[in-house]
Amino acid sequence: MMGTSSAAPKKLDLRGITKRFDTPEGGILAVDDISLSVEKGRFTSIIGQSGCGKSTLFNIFAGLLKPSSGAVVLDGEDITGRAGMISYMLQKDLLLPWRTILDNVIFGLELQGIGRDAARETARPFLARYGLGAFENHYPAALSGGMRQRAALLRTLLCNKDVILLDEPFAALDAQTRFRMQQWLLTLWRDFDLTILFVTHDVDEAIFLSDDIVVLSPRPGRVRDSFPVGLPRPRARDIVTTPEFGRLKHRCLELLFEGRTSEDEEAETA
Amino acid sequence: MKMSATTQSGGPVTAADAKSEATPALPKRRAGVVLKARRDWPPLAIHSAQLVILAAILAFWEFGVRAGFINAFFWSSPSDIARVARIFVTEGTALQDTWFTFRATVIGFVAGSLLGAAIGLSLWWSKNAARIVEPFIVVFNAIPKMALGPLIILIFGIGISSKIALAIALTFVITALAAYSGVKSVDEDLVKLTYSLGGRRWDVFRKIILPSSMPWIISSLRINIGLALAGVLVGEFISSQFGLGKVIMYAGATYDMALIWVGITILSVLSMALYGVVVWMERQLLKGFHSAETSRDSTR
Ligand SMILES: Nc1ncnc2c1ncn2[C@@H]1O[C@H](COP(=O)(O)OP(=O)(O)O)[C@@H](O)[C@H]1O
Ligand SMILES: [Mg+2]
Repeated sequence: MMGTSSAAPKKLDLRGITKRFDTPEGGILAVDDISLSVEKGRFTSIIGQSGCGKSTLFNIFAGLLKPSSGAVVLDGEDITGRAGMISYMLQKDLLLPWRTILDNVIFGLELQGIGRDAARETARPFLARYGLGAFENHYPAALSGGMRQRAALLRTLLCNKDVILLDEPFAALDAQTRFRMQQWLLTLWRDFDLTILFVTHDVDEAIFLSDDIVVLSPRPGRVRDSFPVGLPRPRARDIVTTPEFGRLKHRCLELLFEGRTSEDEEAETA
Repeated sequence: MKMSATTQSGGPVTAADAKSEATPALPKRRAGVVLKARRDWPPLAIHSAQLVILAAILAFWEFGVRAGFINAFFWSSPSDIARVARIFVTEGTALQDTWFTFRATVIGFVAGSLLGAAIGLSLWWSKNAARIVEPFIVVFNAIPKMALGPLIILIFGIGISSKIALAIALTFVITALAAYSGVKSVDEDLVKLTYSLGGRRWDVFRKIILPSSMPWIISSLRINIGLALAGVLVGEFISSQFGLGKVIMYAGATYDMALIWVGITILSVLSMALYGVVVWMERQLLKGFHSAETSRDSTR
């Protein structure tokens, strides 16, 4: 799909992923024959209307759900249906309320078999560096939504997997916090040399963050189009007012709402 | 702001009038109420009042017996109860009987709660096994376990083991059901997260299922301590050589009303002490989980 230049190494290769859910009312085709390949170090956003199968797709990448057909290939190895190979973060921060922030952040390390004390030693400098040093011994309940998401993301990162899936991680945050979190995410992306797949329904967010954008059709989810963003980095906040940004946004919106009249939308919001 | 507010409420603005005509009428509001500030009495005043009431009851009881309008045979009297209590403690078997009841209750409580927690938690391992076992637990829960008393005495004898068995029978179902509810209410996304971070099934159990269900298990302990004591007492009523239940039974058979009251008093103190310890234990155990509740609330 994207990055057809064969020179760059393929980090993640998704081949013909299809998912059908069996329900009492019959089968639901949630995802239909999606193929994507992602190069190492790229930031890719997937956008699509709610219910088009984005979360289903991520569950399949992360090995938490078996696809009806198709394969997930990481670094040339077939990892279909294998959990724990790709890091995954959901919209909910899913911090464990009975653990302090530090102990939440080391949760992944612990699961990798590292002792608690060693894991804490490893994690402390990261907490300090990425703005959570002061909250080490707080319980998640005492933190704001943004800080909790930071902790959740650090937990994901410390597992040392270089592909990260983020499913609408900032959707529940207010605009100010979201902007700060976006900056923070880009810092981590550079520092850790990550390959990121990012789901959002916010077109501005997708363009602002990404190298590539994949637009899915409404259910069943198919790749409607995918294209590089091409805006220079680092991107300033007011990039959203440039004509190039406007063109990209227009393109995304056209693709998202293709084939729907404005009456459809009004009926939906009513 | 102020300007627009005045025009809206006072001025004859035609556009606004037209709009309010189209809006359906709402019922008239009730008149507001003036909230009175309430003053809390200091704790000392509350405790004094309680003491005064208690003293008044005892004084009325004692006076009533002496004046003859309360039947001393059925009701005994505070002074007589105090006399019998002194004899029971100094010359009788008070210590031995209390120790017997206490021991049976604590052992039954701990064993029953642990067994129940183990059963409830183990149902997480297999959804199918859980579906098979669940109706059995529900039915066993419905049986009035006290009715098993005579059977259990026949099986386990008149010693302490039958009392412990009754306490276990009464308590384990409560914890099993609580733990199973806890297991069922675990956030599936936490389980997913653990797998996605490289965890195994055992990790999920130990690090997610167990701590998530802990508040549920703990909440059953408070009920269990009372049930364990009740089970032991029933066992002692039916047949026993020791225990406060046996003392009360014996006193009843010999029309020793004062001794019945002594037994009840010691039992009440024992019950309150055990309950207090469990509540304290609960608080210690819940310390870490307290924040769990608040965070769950704040995300709503
Ligand atoms: N476990 C499931 N069983 C049946 N249908 C499901 C299940 N999970 C998701 N779906 C359906 O699949 C579609 C895609 O869901 P999802 O991936 O959550 O969409 P998105 O994340 O894009 O909003 C939805 O229509 C949803 O109802
Ligand atoms: Mg979703």
